[in-house]
Amino acid sequence: MAIVAQNSKFGIFGRPILAWVVAMVFFFPIFWLVFTSFKTDADAVKPEFLFFFTPTLDNYLNMTENYDYWRFATNSVITSVLATAVALFVGIPAAYAMAFNPARHTKDILMWMLSTKMLPAAAVLYPMTFLAKGAGIFDTHFVIVLVLALINLPIVVWMLFTYFKEIPKDIIEAGQMDGVNTWGEIKEILIPLAWGGIASTALLCFIFCWNEAYWTVRLTTTDAATLSKLIEGNRAPEGLFFGRLSAVSAAAVGPIVVLGWFCQKQLVQGLTFGAVK
Amino acid sequence: MGQIVLENVVKKFGDTEVIPPLNLTIEEGEFAVFVGPSGCGKSTLLRLIAGLEDTTAGKVLIDGEDVTEVPPSKRGLAMVFQSYALYPHMTVRKNIAFPMRMAGMSQAEQDEKIEAAAKSLNLTDYLDRKPGQLSGGQRQRVAIGRAIVREPSAFLFDEPLSNLDAALRVGMRLEISEMHKRLKTTMIYVTHDQVEAMTMADRIVVLQGGVIEQVGTPLELYHTPRNKFVAGFIGSPKMNLLEGAEAKKHKAHTIGIRPEHIKVSTKSVKGAWKGTVGVAEHLGSDTFIHIHGVEGCDPMTVRAAGDVAVKHGDTVYLSPDKSQIHKFDDAGLRI
Ligand SMILES: Nc1ncnc2c1ncn2[C@@H]1O[C@H](COP(=O)(O)OP(=O)(O)OP(=O)(O)O)[C@@H](O)[C@H]1O
Ligand SMILES: [Mg+2]
Repeated sequence: MAIVAQNSKFGIFGRPILAWVVAMVFFFPIFWLVFTSFKTDADAVKPEFLFFFTPTLDNYLNMTENYDYWRFATNSVITSVLATAVALFVGIPAAYAMAFNPARHTKDILMWMLSTKMLPAAAVLYPMTFLAKGAGIFDTHFVIVLVLALINLPIVVWMLFTYFKEIPKDIIEAGQMDGVNTWGEIKEILIPLAWGGIASTALLCFIFCWNEAYWTVRLTTTDAATLSKLIEGNRAPEGLFFGRLSAVSAAAVGPIVVLGWFCQKQLVQGLTFGAVK
Repeated sequence: MGQIVLENVVKKFGDTEVIPPLNLTIEEGEFAVFVGPSGCGKSTLLRLIAGLEDTTAGKVLIDGEDVTEVPPSKRGLAMVFQSYALYPHMTVRKNIAFPMRMAGMSQAEQDEKIEAAAKSLNLTDYLDRKPGQLSGGQRQRVAIGRAIVREPSAFLFDEPLSNLDAALRVGMRLEISEMHKRLKTTMIYVTHDQVEAMTMADRIVVLQGGVIEQVGTPLELYHTPRNKFVAGFIGSPKMNLLEGAEAKKHKAHTIGIRPEHIKVSTKSVKGAWKGTVGVAEHLGSDTFIHIHGVEGCDPMTVRAAGDVAVKHGDTVYLSPDKSQIHKFDDAGLRI
């Protein structure tokens, strides 16, 4: 059945075409965003310039004065990097313990951690806001890093746990016999062996942090506001400036797209460390 | 350095008791072999000594010091795993250096020991390779190298040779035995291969279901097995066990006679057991003949000379060496 399909006309031509169509559907909004970002605000809303227009870089050149882009971008970088670091710092030892010293309820704890992701964020919106304000950390990097790290922790632990599980327990035990303490084990054996997995976990966590909008929008006003806040904040009043908005949006998602693109290979490579039975 | 004592050690996994209260002393410098059928708890016992498993009850003492609560990294023992468990991301050199580096040994001293270990294990040409680029035998050598450089108070081996082919296994067996003679360090060696046990051990510990059936030198176990289980487990081919009328004659529930203690003849002999040849396995030096039709033991295995002329279907007469008959009571214990 599968063999027939592969050799049929559909198998040879249909599948690639289908794949391209699907890819296009996903890619189109981004393409359109970037496309629009090269139009002037005036051109962007005119149907006659839908495809043919004189491209301009003004939207990008004026991004800083129009939107104070770099301030938001800096906040995004700071919070995403720190939150990822915190999540890994907590997640690696946690996943290590669960993978190599499972106790009776380890599986339950993992399930429970994941189940927290099913809680609607809106349910804790008010408590979180009051807590942040009450503690005097509203609109600080600290609260954003904390929240971003916490909401990604379940995913981070799960991912690391599955990667760590692939490391033969014998190797960890050999380390113990060779006189390594727990931190040494993590540093000398676990991290080098699971490097690829840790890198992809970190990347994913970073992307999630960067893209996070619910909390970053609601727990900040100006000081710690990220790119999500920037885009969200300009939705209504500047609704007509499609060109500018497209440019700043492209600049907001751009770093992540580029990062993902470059890390692809390195991630795959990291996963194929010298196979040893 | 290197006396290991287990005092009333118990190990449970959940509710299943894998090791009931067990007492054992392994003397300093001894080569002790744990042998027994699969699942009898050999690895568990070794891991309890290593500290890789926690004891449910009882104590583990190394050189008189209670180490029950001491983590494996602080017990000063070295272990060689069946899977070799080399660090795949490190070269052979780094693998061997690892325990020394962890112990904070100087670089010069490390280098010196690596050279010496590599030389004695024929690894000099492979020091800069990763484990993935080595054969099974070479990996096992690296694992042994990693164990010796740190001069442990005892070596623990868990079926280190069972992933190797037969020829290599014999070679490595000798190397390990020689290493023991040279270093005179306590070694505990787990295997389910009774030939390895017999050839390497100073003392063999036979286990079944977590219980020690007998502890003794290879020859003690061979000549005076304490019970039917040990009698059947030690020796190759296995001891023949006969029940019924023949055993009654010796006032026993069961009698045992090893294949090498039976004479086989094609001519009728008075008082001999009569049987028919089933399969004759010619090894060159010896022939193992499997004989059917002897009452109380079918088939009965006999070890005969390499050039014995018998074939399938021949009638043969078997006369056991009376002095070599082992007698067991109805509980299976030696009389
Ligand atoms: N982590 C564990 N959890 C539950 N049961 C276990 C665990 N490890 C071992 N066991 C059980 O303990 C018993 C003894 O296991 P052990 O590995 O010590 O046997 P062994 O004598 O080494 O066998 P083999 O020759 O097959 O290696 C077995 O019945 C096994 O199922
Ligand atoms: Mg075992």
